[in-house]
Amino acid sequence: MPDSIAIVGASLAGLRAAETLRAEGYTGTITMVGDEPCEPYDRPPLSKQVLLGQVSAHQTALPERRPLNARWRLGVRAVGLDRDAGRVLLADGDDVSYDRLLIATGVRARPWPNAAEGALDGVFTLRTREDAARLRERLDAGPRRMLVIGAGFTGSEIASACRERGIEVTVAERGPAPLVGALGGALGAFAAAMHRAHGVDLRCGVTVTGLEGDERGRLRRAYLSDGGTLDTDVAVVALGAVRNTEWLDGSGLAAGPRGVACDAGCRAFDLNGIMTDDIFAAGDVARAPHPLYEYQLIALEHWGNAVAQAEVAAHNMIATGRRRRPHLAVPAFWSTQFGINIKSVGVPTFSDQVMIAQGSLEDRRFVAVYGYRGRVTAAVTFNQAMWLDYYRMLIETAAPFPPEQRAMDRPRRIAPGTTGPVPSDVPDPAVLSHGPTIALTGHLPDERQVRLVRYATA
Amino acid sequence: MTTPDTMFKRIVDDASRPDPYPLYAELRRTPVARQEDGTYLVSTYHEIVALLHDPRLSSDPHNREDAPPDLSAEAGLAPAFIRMDPPDHDRLRAQTMRLFGPPHNPARVYGMRDELTRISTGLIDGFAVRYDGGERIDIVDEFAYPFPVTVICALMGVPRDDEHLFKEWADALIQTLDPRLDPGLQRQAMTEMGQYMAALIGRHRQDPGDDMLSGMITEGLLPPETLVTTAIMLFIAGHETTVNLITNGMLTLLRRPEVLDRLRREPELMPGAVEELLRYEPPVHMLSPRGALADIEVAGVTIPKGASVVLVLASGNRDPKRFRDPDVFDPAREDNQHFGFGSGIHSCFGAPLARLETQIALTGLIRRLRDPRLVADPPPYRSNPRLRGPEHLFIEHG
Ligand SMILES: Cc1cc2nc3c(=O)[nH]c(=O)nc-3n(C[C@H](O)[C@H](O)[C@H](O)COP(=O)(O)OP(=O)(O)OC[C@H]3O[C@@H](n4cnc5c(N)ncnc54)[C@H](O)[C@@H]3O)c2cc1C
Ligand code: HEM
Repeated sequence: MPDSIAIVGASLAGLRAAETLRAEGYTGTITMVGDEPCEPYDRPPLSKQVLLGQVSAHQTALPERRPLNARWRLGVRAVGLDRDAGRVLLADGDDVSYDRLLIATGVRARPWPNAAEGALDGVFTLRTREDAARLRERLDAGPRRMLVIGAGFTGSEIASACRERGIEVTVAERGPAPLVGALGGALGAFAAAMHRAHGVDLRCGVTVTGLEGDERGRLRRAYLSDGGTLDTDVAVVALGAVRNTEWLDGSGLAAGPRGVACDAGCRAFDLNGIMTDDIFAAGDVARAPHPLYEYQLIALEHWGNAVAQAEVAAHNMIATGRRRRPHLAVPAFWSTQFGINIKSVGVPTFSDQVMIAQGSLEDRRFVAVYGYRGRVTAAVTFNQAMWLDYYRMLIETAAPFPPEQRAMDRPRRIAPGTTGPVPSDVPDPAVLSHGPTIALTGHLPDERQVRLVRYATA
Repeated sequence: MTTPDTMFKRIVDDASRPDPYPLYAELRRTPVARQEDGTYLVSTYHEIVALLHDPRLSSDPHNREDAPPDLSAEAGLAPAFIRMDPPDHDRLRAQTMRLFGPPHNPARVYGMRDELTRISTGLIDGFAVRYDGGERIDIVDEFAYPFPVTVICALMGVPRDDEHLFKEWADALIQTLDPRLDPGLQRQAMTEMGQYMAALIGRHRQDPGDDMLSGMITEGLLPPETLVTTAIMLFIAGHETTVNLITNGMLTLLRRPEVLDRLRREPELMPGAVEELLRYEPPVHMLSPRGALADIEVAGVTIPKGASVVLVLASGNRDPKRFRDPDVFDPAREDNQHFGFGSGIHSCFGAPLARLETQIALTGLIRRLRDPRLVADPPPYRSNPRLRGPEHLFIEHG
């Protein structure tokens, strides 16, 4: 057993890992390093209940489900990793030594590319509690019109919350429809209809080319790629996420813009594609191979994944050899927007076809099933979550696609005139303004890819 | 020695009623067991939960090759959503829920709290003095049976004076759920109740109260024939089940005086104790048969299309692969996702009410009855193996 464990990133994955360590009998030291000043809190409510005014941004603390007896180093950033010495270097000059390290630094909101425009009063991103508190305050003040840039899950949820509060909203999305990055074009069309039915001024195939402030530095206008302008006093930049891996530069780990590569047991790879045995990764920052998806490395920005992966990582940090476990959970996430509860299992973007297996688009209650080369790879339910386990089973057993036709509530109409599967129309992420929350990021060994990507973004 | 294909016969045998659990343990060795008559029994937790979330398993009896005669149709009634599949099921259930729970009516059940306590206390007062005086009391007849009838009548706005009619219908109708009884007997009760409900709906329409049925009428979402059916279903589904839960609860506590004492001292433990009862001694032992819409493979067995499938909830509740020490009654059990109210889209509509009724009933009974003692253990059981419960539960001051 190790006797000192460092966890960098004191949020969902970090906390759940620490809890698991204690639950499994680890009695050594745990040091939690987090650059946010507060104890771990939950993010999903930030774009939902908090913006709706149902709970305050400061009421989403994650419960500590057992005494952790951890050393907390909050409000201080990790800036480097010295693997030879087994030390994490902190911004205040201090360091934390470890026998085992868990990297759980997650992601941050992708900022507006023009820093000066991004700094205008009224321009927001939404990732942290402080972001949510400030945005909420602005919404409470009753803006004339909101602009949401990017219609992925976060952007769509923000637009939905604003409409529910009666605020005028324009959504600008570079891709052909909202959510296409996660669900493909066939369902994107449905998502677009949902936005419009709730009074969102949705502009697809449009990018925001510039943000303009008044003489006091307050946002007043946005310029669009179609030549139009929009008078607005609040803009939320929802362009996806950037992985927090810069602090690992020079550490020799296979860490880069696409995340920290690790195996199914959460052990991180070094740049040569060789497994480290003392460094683990979990949560939004990790990318791991999944056998159901041709062993591609998959990075998931999903709450449930962060929890499950953290539990496996923690277990494997204190277990050895054959007692180690793989993290093979089928990816799953949820979202609520426009009065609809959306749940997903599997990887919808890993697909070539999609069909409505149950329910109907007209009634806004249905199950969409995705297939890739004749097997089921994902399912997304809209107000039909109770069937999710069945479709999870189909995914786990690589059931044939299209799935069994003889079941209740079969309509099978996804586009006018069609009754069977249609192309799922998964776009190239490059055409989206928002980053995908599931990224298929290639195969092992991927040292070269990591280098190339770094090179390209340097 | 029984082979798996004759288990059902042994389970329905009256002799098994007081303690069917050893049979269930035997049954779980064959998680999906085909019976001689072609029915499939499913007895293990994970298989049951998977099937309750499987869109290939229908609640509509027409999808079973051995579909029984349709009593409500014969009585001229529309089908009830408990026997329907989506989308119709979901729509009707949602429309009915508007009047019963969140988000439209979050306070309906909680708002009945004081009334439930009053009804419960009234019934207990009716026999407590006799009990104190040494008379033996039948918890079923004096309390568990009348309590839910009065409650559901209050919910539906049935006038007090008509309650006795419901008690009579309940006697007859409840037996339709017994798989072995001749359905002929109940047809009349069903017809009479339908007529009564239609008339009651007429009266509520003219002079709506603040009861649930009046609300449903005023909203105007359900056609009149569906209103009648729904009202009858709520009555049937919520009656004998609640009777049995209260009775099983008293029985279980009387068998464990230390638990009874603890609950008397710490009434805040009662909600957890009721959950554990729903696992340990559930009223609904088996669901009405479902029909397979396609060949379904479960636990290595293929259930053929058209077959009837019986999910043995009470066995899943005791599955050691799911619950630690499943045969121990632990009122403080955590992680207690039992099947007492089913699971999936048909999971009990009335659960919030049933929970509250049972909590109030058991709290009231154990508080008032000093030193209660079982007169006979096991008590006599009703013959129904599906909705299992004591016919009488005699207690006396001991
Ligand atoms: C607004 C919003 C809504 C969401 N809604 C849903 C939803 O509905 N469903 C769903 O499945 N998921 C949702 N998610 C995603 C979910 O919240 C994430 O998957 C989850 O938070 C991942 O947890 P994590 O611990 O891996 O990463 P994070 O929560 O990102 O935590 C990483 C932590 O590490 C810290 N950190 C970063 N770098 C350093 C460093 N160098 N030194 C020290 N600390 C560092 C960060 O500040 C942060 O506190 C939502 C996310 C957001 C932002
Ligand atoms: C302790 C008491 C109760 C128990 C144990 C119980 C149990 C159950 C179970 C197991 C089911 C699932 C049936 C199936 O899947 O086929 C169910 C459904 C149902 N119950 Fe209850 N029940 C109780 C009380 C009530 C009450 C008080 C009401 C009414 C107010 C009620 C109304 C219903 C209805 C309408 C359904 C059908 C739901 C649907 O099909 O969607 N029940 N109940």
